[in-house]
Amino acid sequence: MSTQTLQAKISAKNMNFYYGKFHALKDINIDIPASQVTAFIGPSGCGKSTLLRTFNRMYQLYPKQRVEGKILLDGKDIHSAEQDLNLLRAKVGMVFQKPTPFPMSIYDNVAFGVKLYENLSKSEMNDRVEWALQKAAIWNEVKDKLHQSGSGLSGGQQQRLCIARGVAVKPNVLLLDEPCSALDPISTARIEDLIHELKKEYTIVIVTHNMQQAARVSDYTAYMYLGELMEFDQTNTIFTRPSRKETEDYITGKFG
Amino acid sequence: MDMYTPSAVLNEQHIIRESISMPNSPQNKNIGATLDKLFRYTTMFFAFLVFILLFGIIITLLVGSLPALKMFGASFFTSTAWNPVTIDFGGVVPIYGTFITALIAMLIGIPVSFGIAIFITELSPNWLKRPIGVAIELLAGIPSIIYGMWGLFVFAPLFADHVQPWMNDNLGALPLIGTLFQGPPMGIGMFTAGFILAIMVIPYTASVMRDVFEIVPSMLKESAYGLGSTTWEVIWNVVLPYTKTGVVGGIMLGLGRALGETMAVTFVIGNAHELSASLMMPGNTISSALANEFTEAVGDVYTSSLITLGLTLFVITFIVLSLAKLLLIRLSLREGKQS
Repeated sequence: MSTQTLQAKISAKNMNFYYGKFHALKDINIDIPASQVTAFIGPSGCGKSTLLRTFNRMYQLYPKQRVEGKILLDGKDIHSAEQDLNLLRAKVGMVFQKPTPFPMSIYDNVAFGVKLYENLSKSEMNDRVEWALQKAAIWNEVKDKLHQSGSGLSGGQQQRLCIARGVAVKPNVLLLDEPCSALDPISTARIEDLIHELKKEYTIVIVTHNMQQAARVSDYTAYMYLGELMEFDQTNTIFTRPSRKETEDYITGKFG
Repeated sequence: MDMYTPSAVLNEQHIIRESISMPNSPQNKNIGATLDKLFRYTTMFFAFLVFILLFGIIITLLVGSLPALKMFGASFFTSTAWNPVTIDFGGVVPIYGTFITALIAMLIGIPVSFGIAIFITELSPNWLKRPIGVAIELLAGIPSIIYGMWGLFVFAPLFADHVQPWMNDNLGALPLIGTLFQGPPMGIGMFTAGFILAIMVIPYTASVMRDVFEIVPSMLKESAYGLGSTTWEVIWNVVLPYTKTGVVGGIMLGLGRALGETMAVTFVIGNAHELSASLMMPGNTISSALANEFTEAVGDVYTSSLITLGLTLFVITFIVLSLAKLLLIRLSLREGKQS
C-alpha cells in the first residue's frame, strides 16, 4: 500500500479486541500516517468506533473489554508498563458523537485539560484559551461570553468548543468519533473545514458513517466490516478503484 | 309501514352512527369541559392543602409558644436555664445540642456517603453494585428506635471502653479542640448521638448521591478521561459540578433527618439540660427534649416553652433549606450564566 512511504503515527499489529467473549476486532493491521486525515468507514457495528477507542485506551474504563496484540504510537507500545495512561490520553485527544461541554464556563472548559498538565500564568492561560478557540474557529462567536456556561451554546458551537478543548492540550493525535452525527449541515460543513485546517499540525482519525464526509475530509480511508479491516488505502483510490468487491459494493450503496 | 323501507332504516342507522362517532357533539363537549374543570379544581385544592397545613402548623406553634415568649421574651434564646420547679426556661441547651449533633452527623456522614456513592457508580465491579445498593436500602428501612437501642446497648459500651479513653489520651491534649474530647467515658453523649445520626443519615444521602451520579452521561466522563484526567479529577471537576443540585439535595435530605431525628437521639444523648464544651458529655436536642418531656409538662409555661422549641426547630429547618437554595444559586453563578 502507498501508506508505506509516509511515517506511521499509530500502528496496530495483529490487534484483536474483545467485549467479554465477543470478538469485536479481528487481526487488525494498520499504519495510520502522520499529519494526514484517516477516515474509518463501514456499516454500523463493524468495529470502527471500537478501533478508535483502542488508540487512547478508552476501552480500559470498562472492565470486560480487552485488547490482544500491539498498538504503537510513534513506535512505542501504548500498553507498555512505562506508558502513563493519563499522559497517553493527553497526547491523543478525542471528540465524541455528541457535544459534551463540561458543566463550567466556556473559558474553563478549554483551560480544564491544560491545567492538568501545565502550570501556566494567568496571561499565558488566556493566550492558550484564545489560541485553542481560534484553532477551532469559534473564537469570534464566544469571545464576548467566555465566562458564560458552555451548555448555553448551540450544538455546533458546543462541538467546536469540544474540539478547542481537545486542541488546547496540544495533542499529537485527534480522534473524532462521528463528530458531526448530531449536527445540522451548516455546522457539519464548519467542522469539516476545521478538520482541513487542523490536519496541518495533527494526525486526525475520524470515524464516520457518512461516506461523502469521508470522501470530502480524508486523505486515507479504511473500510471495515464485521470487525475486519477490509481495505485501507488513499481515499481517492478507495472511492474510485477499490481493490475489493466488498468495498465497492459498500461505496456504491449496493450494501450497507 | 314507511319506517321499514330501506331508506328509513338506512337513515336511522346513519343517525345512530352519527351520535356514536361524534363524541364531540355540543352536549358531550360540555360534559368533558366540566369534568376537566372539576379535575383542575380538585387537584388545585389538594395542592393548596399543603399551604393550609403549613399555615395551620405555624399558627398552632405561634399561638402555643406565646405564653413562654411573653414570659421570657428574647432571653428564651440566650438562657441555658431549664427548671420546671422555678418555672424558668431557656432554649440554648437543646438548640445547641441540635446543631452540634447534626454537625457531627454531617461531618461523618457526607464524606462516607460520597465515598459509597462514588464507589458504587465509578469503581465497583459490577457484581458488587447490587449487594451494596440493597444493603443501603435496607439500612434506610430500619426504624430509628432500633438504631437508638443498638446505639445504647451495643455502640455506647464499645465506645466507652475502647474509643473514648483513646480520644481522651490522644485528642484531649490538643490545643483549642482538645476540650471537645475530654470527659468521662460514659458512652452516651453528644458525640455518640451525632455518630448514630451519621449512620442513619448515610443511607439517604448515599442513595441520592448514587442516583444522581448514575445519570452523568458516560460520554461526558470519557471526555474528561480523554484529556488525561485521573478518576479523582473526573469526579471532582466534572461529575460533582454536573450533579451539584442532586448532591446538595441529598445532603439536605440527610441534614433534615439529622435535625429532626427523635428516638435514636433520645436513647443515646443522655437528656441532660446542661451546656458543656465536651462532646463526651450528655446533652439534649430539641426533638428529644420534646419527646421526653411533653407528657410530663405541667403548667402553661412549661408546655409553651416546649412548643417554642418546636417552633425554633421549624425555623431552623426553614433557614437551612433557604441556605441550601442560596448555595445552589451561588454555585451556578460561578459556573457561568446561561446565555
